[in-house]
Amino acid sequence: MSIAKASSDNRYTQTEPFFVRWFLIAVALIFLTLFLLLPLGAVFSQAFEKGLTVYLDALKEPDTLSSIKLTLITAAVAVPLNLFFGVTAAWAIAKFNFIGKNLLLTLIDLPFSVSPVISGLIYVLIFGLQGWMGPWLQEHDIKIVFAVPGIILATIFVTFPFVARELIPLMESQGKEEEEAALVLGATGLQTFFRVTLPNIKWGIIYGVILCNARAMGEFGAVSVVSGHIRGMTNTVPLHVEILYNEYNYTAAFAVASLLAFLALITLAIKTIAEWKVRQQLNNN
Amino acid sequence: MIQRKKHNNVLPGFGPSLGFTIFYLSVIVLIPLSALVFRAAGLTWGEFIDTVTAPRVLASYKVTFGSAIIAACINSVFGVIVAWVLVRYRFPGRRIVDALVDLPFALPTAVAGITLATIYSPNGWIGKILEPHGIKIAFTPLGIILAMTFIGLPFVVRTVQPVIEEIEVELEEAAVCLGANRLQTILRVIVPLLLPSVITGFALSFARGVGEYGSIIFIAGNMPMVSEITPLLIITKLEQFDYRGATAIACVMLLASFSMLLVINLLQRWTRRFAE
Amino acid sequence: MSIEIEHVHKQFGTFAALNDVSLTIPSGELVALLGPSGSGKTTLLRIIAGLESSDGGRILFNGTDTTESHVRERKVGFVFQHYALFRHMTVFENVAFGLRVRPRATRPSNSEIKAKVTELLRLVQLEVLAERYPAQLSGGQRQRIALARALAVEPQVLLLDEPFGALDAQVRAELRRWLRKLHDEIHITSVFVTHDQEEALEVADRIVVMNKGKIEQSGTPDQVYEHPANPFVLNFLGDVNLFHGRILQANGHVDTGENAVSYVRSHDIEIERTPLDSTALQAVVKHIQKLGPSVRVTLDIAGNNDFVEAELTRDVFHNLGLQHGERVYVRPRQVRVFVEDYQI
Repeated sequence: MSIAKASSDNRYTQTEPFFVRWFLIAVALIFLTLFLLLPLGAVFSQAFEKGLTVYLDALKEPDTLSSIKLTLITAAVAVPLNLFFGVTAAWAIAKFNFIGKNLLLTLIDLPFSVSPVISGLIYVLIFGLQGWMGPWLQEHDIKIVFAVPGIILATIFVTFPFVARELIPLMESQGKEEEEAALVLGATGLQTFFRVTLPNIKWGIIYGVILCNARAMGEFGAVSVVSGHIRGMTNTVPLHVEILYNEYNYTAAFAVASLLAFLALITLAIKTIAEWKVRQQLNNN
Repeated sequence: MIQRKKHNNVLPGFGPSLGFTIFYLSVIVLIPLSALVFRAAGLTWGEFIDTVTAPRVLASYKVTFGSAIIAACINSVFGVIVAWVLVRYRFPGRRIVDALVDLPFALPTAVAGITLATIYSPNGWIGKILEPHGIKIAFTPLGIILAMTFIGLPFVVRTVQPVIEEIEVELEEAAVCLGANRLQTILRVIVPLLLPSVITGFALSFARGVGEYGSIIFIAGNMPMVSEITPLLIITKLEQFDYRGATAIACVMLLASFSMLLVINLLQRWTRRFAE
Repeated sequence: MSIEIEHVHKQFGTFAALNDVSLTIPSGELVALLGPSGSGKTTLLRIIAGLESSDGGRILFNGTDTTESHVRERKVGFVFQHYALFRHMTVFENVAFGLRVRPRATRPSNSEIKAKVTELLRLVQLEVLAERYPAQLSGGQRQRIALARALAVEPQVLLLDEPFGALDAQVRAELRRWLRKLHDEIHITSVFVTHDQEEALEVADRIVVMNKGKIEQSGTPDQVYEHPANPFVLNFLGDVNLFHGRILQANGHVDTGENAVSYVRSHDIEIERTPLDSTALQAVVKHIQKLGPSVRVTLDIAGNNDFVEAELTRDVFHNLGLQHGERVYVRPRQVRVFVEDYQI
């Protein structure tokens, strides 16, 4: 197969001259190499610069381990909550008609258009010492901001729309005939959901969850505002990377960062598979 | 406001699912966001204006919005090329490249930040090559544009790509049958079809750039008046316990985000105006 | 089981989809709801099933009011227009679904389910496809699976929404005959929606003609075809020609006045070389179109651009040896007269 061959499925009978094609492909690949491939390579190259032992030592460091633990806890709370919300919202929005639907859709998307810094700030304004509930919380000795609950809240906020946004169009395109058929055949509401709806949106859920999880584990700005940056206590993996980097401990910083880069690659792989499956499912309609 | 039409009532669970949706949305998103607005309302108008128009703040707007516009322009050009190449041409590794386009979505911003800073710093892989020519990227405003380009790229590609996929081959064939050459076909048939999606992609990329924090702070140098972005300024104010200042500036940012959200929604409606 | 529909009303915004509809469907009959799109026939079917609620009126099954009972409790079999087969289940699991979701107490054992499903698949002649997925079936096969699935729960009533709508002509005709045969075997009260008059005439015991949310006429195929209650029914069940009052008045067929319109089906028009009696009208052959077994002849009556279409068999056409532009005589065999305030 020659480079710059026009579409092999012959769908595109009209195309540009050979040199134009070749030129455009070269431009695209060089651009993507500079912006995507090189940084990705750099993460791993920097991480292993001083050999495997140093790399593993950096990961085995107690502060690193506790940051990994915190990140896992955060994702373990935020992702299921947003998954449950996403499925519920998609059920209401895709299977029923009601006034105010478009407004609701816009509001669900809202967290995507808010700067991560603001996403953290709003929780400081509510739960911080100077915040609405600050004095009350201090009286009762409850710490939310600059503690784990704040990190989890901010993470839920920034990952809020992921599952819903993936499921709503998918469920809308599938209509509600299959659910109606199940009800006519005597299935209860829950049976209909678990036996008919859920299998049909399985890959959509996987897609949404994997993206939600990637963002939950990788969020930096919002978490940075509410974390308080206490080493070994309120540092997630991305925040730990920052600290290591700012301490000029580059190898350790990149070693920890390589974990996140690896997560990103797995995410991309699963995402690609899920995308393919969803497309296939839509074509079967 | 939200009322269910009666004829849709066979499927169960509408009440509980909508109820939970609104409850969760309120608790997680709406109430916290409104806290920001109420906090800002506690400031007098004069205070508010003074805060959000202080020279250092104005400079940060210029850096943030200016860089975001330039980054969105770069992404619009290269994003369209990437999308076109991915849909129209076949070359080895196309699928992997296609998947890789989403890397900025998946890669945590902090990782992107330290990596870009390392590569483009004077002794990094690319910085080393540019340094002798007097081009400095890391720790200058150029670094901000670079980081914003990185995180905004998928928005343009993923907005334009499906539109290119949907262009019917017959349109181009019709143009050729009517005597148009390839360039005329592209300029008169394809570009007008793509334009709305390119503009939408531009707006999405721009909006993402304006709000971005993580990937930028490592590469920007963060010099007040020169390379300090607005989100960083909010954090700085917060660290100095200047909650009022942080709130006021955040409000301006929020207003900007909502305006962009509105524009993007209108653009998307405009994009779909030919759809059946 | 009989179905009684009493004064059912359904409103979508300002549009009355069903306007005070009453109808009785006797037990064991195969009934067609026939009408153009937007006539309310599908809405009526969905209301009978319980998939939609009416804004007024009652639905009775065997004299019991079911208006308030949930679709799950009505024990109806419903065949959806686009089949609504569960795409992630095999054909076997699709048919078994209604049995598997029963509460434990009434759920048949696995072996009973297997026997039942196999029997149903044999009934629809698709046993060999049990392990296939819906996406791997043809339209006609999906339709039959949808039917088997609906029958698996032993419904008291079978409701079919445009059951042959999405199929091509040949499969359609075949399935039509098959459905009729099936109904003769199992005698379940069945209602199907169609917009195809031929389908309704061929399959149904009784045809309910609907238009604009109302029932225009209900009766056996012969009744609605031979004795249409109004011009809409007449027009919907076959090609008709309009003769305006004046023309036939002169020939003694219409004596009620100028506001009457006469309708003659195209195959009820005879063409003659010489007028047999005074009822014949002079006409000119304008156009001849051969449509498979029949021939359609367009005639201009009395030379005043009042066009009439006659449908002849090929034999008759050949015996006549009609030529374009020829002068002939036209005689309507069966004329139906309706007062003119009725709009088609």
